[in-house]
Amino acid sequence: MSIRFLHKILKNPTVLASGILGNSKDILERVHENGCGLMTLKSIGPEPRDGHKNPTVIDLGCGMINAVGLPSPGYLNMENEWEALENRNFPIIASVYGSSIDEYRKVAEYVSSKKPDFIEINISCPNSEKHGMIFGINRESSRDVVSAVKKVISVPLIVKLTPQAPDIADIARTCEDAGADAICAINTLGPGMVIDIESKRPVLSFKKGGLSGPMIKPVAVRCVFDIYKAVSIPIIGLGGITTGEDAVEMVMAGASLVGIGTAVRYRGIEVFQKVAGEMDDWLADHALSLTDIKGAAHNE
Amino acid sequence: MNDRQGIGMMTNPITDQKPVMLRVMEKKTENTGFATLFFEYSLPFRPGRFIMVWIPGLDEKPYTISLHDQDRFAVTIEAKGIFSKKALTLEKGDLIGIRGPFGNGFEIKPGQSAAVVAGGCGMAPLATLADHLPDITTFIHGARSKEFILFPGRFSVPREFCTDDGSLGHKGLVTDLLEKNIVLGKHFDMVYACGPEIMMYKVFELCETHGIPCQVSLERYMRCGFGVCGACVCGKQVVCKDGPVFHSRDLRKMKDFNTKALLKSGKEVDLSQYFSWRCQ
Repeated sequence: MSIRFLHKILKNPTVLASGILGNSKDILERVHENGCGLMTLKSIGPEPRDGHKNPTVIDLGCGMINAVGLPSPGYLNMENEWEALENRNFPIIASVYGSSIDEYRKVAEYVSSKKPDFIEINISCPNSEKHGMIFGINRESSRDVVSAVKKVISVPLIVKLTPQAPDIADIARTCEDAGADAICAINTLGPGMVIDIESKRPVLSFKKGGLSGPMIKPVAVRCVFDIYKAVSIPIIGLGGITTGEDAVEMVMAGASLVGIGTAVRYRGIEVFQKVAGEMDDWLADHALSLTDIKGAAHNE
Repeated sequence: MNDRQGIGMMTNPITDQKPVMLRVMEKKTENTGFATLFFEYSLPFRPGRFIMVWIPGLDEKPYTISLHDQDRFAVTIEAKGIFSKKALTLEKGDLIGIRGPFGNGFEIKPGQSAAVVAGGCGMAPLATLADHLPDITTFIHGARSKEFILFPGRFSVPREFCTDDGSLGHKGLVTDLLEKNIVLGKHFDMVYACGPEIMMYKVFELCETHGIPCQVSLERYMRCGFGVCGACVCGKQVVCKDGPVFHSRDLRKMKDFNTKALLKSGKEVDLSQYFSWRCQ
């Protein structure tokens, strides 16, 4: 089921979502060996950052809530990692975050020199006081950060959007006009909160956290559906995809590729080959191709 | 009760999602800097797995279970950093949360002649193993000095002791004692070890030299506990999910074993730097 995405041929349409496992070359390689078409590195920030204290990630059965808080060694402290990744035999997306347009630009420019296959800017993280989401809920700031980053990088730019935007399709269109090469949607939903009633305290140390997994899939499908109508650049659709059928649904909403994250909890690292295989089976059973079903839910 | 089932509820309580809140039933001071907290709760568990222990308002950390039976379990904690020191101030009736058990646990085959090798607080995960393992032929425990020996009088199999200062047993390393046993012709089908990573590495090397398979229990900074966030990766392995127990066949391929670990930020550092941070 190999598929072209911008300038790259991928072995299948599955993508490892940012923030899941992507901490080292070795583990990305294992994800790739387990059937993943395109792997995202854990978000890279301007400064060394520990992230929040635990608890940071809780499984709720119907998905997860997390506020890991964007840990990063800082973009200047990853030389070993870049060196290792130089000799990779798999495609990667480098995810980047910042708290100002200057920071996004500075980090993205440096990361671009390390030749990832794609750069994704995370303008949608709900789990930090000042990073990310504030950019992605507003048309002007989305446009400014995308055009600033686009000017200084030499690899295709993916923009990751938040479902908290009042009109996500409008933000997507703005990003396309500002030079984005693809859209990734959605980041975690919320923020939400889980309170432990015995100790009377929020469980997450950051108190609030983003929701992911099966419970957010309908929101993700709707967002991708809306974005597909608004833009002509490709979309990485994610949010709750756990099975091949979920992936088919996301493609029908308009996604070119499908991101997988929380499902690693429910189906292990093997989830990528499972989902890709189940997509294949579904398409074969229906005598259809991926191209046939892309955006199919938009047909009147 | 039937109408409570279905949405996020099952007949058996789920213990690996939101923290299960438990009150300390009993606290036992072990010896210098160690205490064991007992909880009245029926937790499905097998030796080598771990739980995330949450002290509300403070932090959440992985701990093994040091004693387990039908309706209670215990966690043995060494006062090292902010979290563990606070944990040791908990008293009967205080509330903590637990998630888990997570991880793979030790592979146990009945009828195998086994050596168990513990270093310092590495005794804690091996204690439940020793309780369940019928065929221990050699049981070695090393510590800084006599006061740091955990669980005196607990096990039916006598332990061979060694200490750094010679205050109890052999003055030297657990690997000295293990090697002596092997050289004297004792046969082992499996060696189980837990302790400082350098110690486990030496045990692994010794076992490789003598063609004995071993299983060791590794430690890395963890967040989710269930193999999603990637904080604890060690080479291609995810310590919280694929481990924490690793067999010789995994260790041979694990190039970060005894060399590298990730800090909380995700930065890869030498193990010495990692452990000096972990003990803060």
